[in-house]
Amino acid sequence: MSWISSVLGSSIGKKLLMALSGLFICFFLVIHLTGNLQLLAGDGGQSFNEYAKLMTSNPLIKFVSIGTYLVFLLHIIDGLMLVFANKKARPVKYAVGAKKGSSISSRNMGILGSIILVFLVIHLYNFWFAYKFGSVPTVDYGHGPVKNLYAVVALAFANPLYVILYVLSMVAIGFHLLHGFASAFQTLGLNHAKYNGIIRFAGIAYSILIPLGFAIIPIYFYLVLA
Amino acid sequence: MKVKVKVWRQKNASDKGGFKEYEVLTDPDSSFLEMIDVLNQDLLNKKEDPVAFDHDCREGICGACSMYINGQPHGPSKGTTTCQLHMRSFKDGDSITIEPWRAAAFPVIKDLVVDRTAFDRIIQAGGYISVNTGVTVDANAVPIEKEKADEAFKAAACIGCGACVAACKNASAMLFVSAKVSHLALLPQGAPEADIRAAKMLGQMDKEGFGSCTNTQACEAMCPKEISITHIARLNRQFFKSGFTASDQS
Repeated sequence: MSWISSVLGSSIGKKLLMALSGLFICFFLVIHLTGNLQLLAGDGGQSFNEYAKLMTSNPLIKFVSIGTYLVFLLHIIDGLMLVFANKKARPVKYAVGAKKGSSISSRNMGILGSIILVFLVIHLYNFWFAYKFGSVPTVDYGHGPVKNLYAVVALAFANPLYVILYVLSMVAIGFHLLHGFASAFQTLGLNHAKYNGIIRFAGIAYSILIPLGFAIIPIYFYLVLA
Repeated sequence: MKVKVKVWRQKNASDKGGFKEYEVLTDPDSSFLEMIDVLNQDLLNKKEDPVAFDHDCREGICGACSMYINGQPHGPSKGTTTCQLHMRSFKDGDSITIEPWRAAAFPVIKDLVVDRTAFDRIIQAGGYISVNTGVTVDANAVPIEKEKADEAFKAAACIGCGACVAACKNASAMLFVSAKVSHLALLPQGAPEADIRAAKMLGQMDKEGFGSCTNTQACEAMCPKEISITHIARLNRQFFKSGFTASDQS
């Protein structure tokens, strides 16, 4: 076991865990967005509510979701450990800060991550916690009662403050991904003139399209449905 | 031309230190270090303590000079060391802030001089190759393909000045370690120790208190020898190989 802790506990090892967990979360976000887009189906929430039921009752999906929680926790804890260790590596700051040579998002991954963490807590409390432990009205589509998560979402997205918070958080996620996506490949050692361009393009496309896809939903609910 | 320099003055490692401002009359064609020489001559004439700074070859190859000038290691010129930076890169009347490299692993000894022996210990941990004694081997006895030799040469261009550490927001030495690991990993001469080199050198880097790499690429942008971060990716691959497959890991 000692070799595992020495490899994963080293600076590159911690980065490896960040990269792998980050890419897993990128994959998760695609699934999450695909599910969320059903909110725009225009069927009064039937497909979304049935999908939410499937995601919380299928044993295989339940098993994967426990893994997802753990990966998120790993990404958060490992990220915080790296931020604090890196702060310690420069106890005396420069009088003239560096502004050149690196992107703003790459220099502020810890801050962006913290903003996303705050959003995540609020987001989980509003939807995940409400669905699992709160009292959600039910609706029947002909095969037994189903929790009406659509109604919870519609209520939340009728609140302009929540819509603004959601959209701003998506901007933070976009910037976090703008550095994180391509950075994960570099950490994994995947840097080659043959495919660097593809990774860079995919990273930019991903970090614009995914947060945009998420942000469209509250904006649509607020402006069109409410 | 006349410039205002704001220099970090610190008597010794335990002194708190602070900035001091001086006016220096200099020539646009003089090098940055020559400008400091002029300043020091002035200070000596006034019976004041001259500014301590590292310098040796003054032709950009020794890696001794180490000033953090206006927020950039080695100043504003791309791909140059402080000694190769000229005062014509500045304007008459400019204010120039000069700081030492800032890193826990590079403690200040005096003024602008920092202790960079941490780099020597990283090299001692694994930045070497085994060579047989005996007759001199013919120079071209070991065939090496041109592309690999070129890539190894680019990594070997690292002069170990520590600008990567100074530029990195995490004071990480990854570009330095990667240049050394990459240089030897690309050549057959480096093969006997390849299994353990990356792990040993990285282990020493962590022990010295350097931060970890967050791929901001500031090191690559500020490196006077323009060492690429592709070497960091190679270091990562070498590290995973040593970490997950080397036989000596218990």
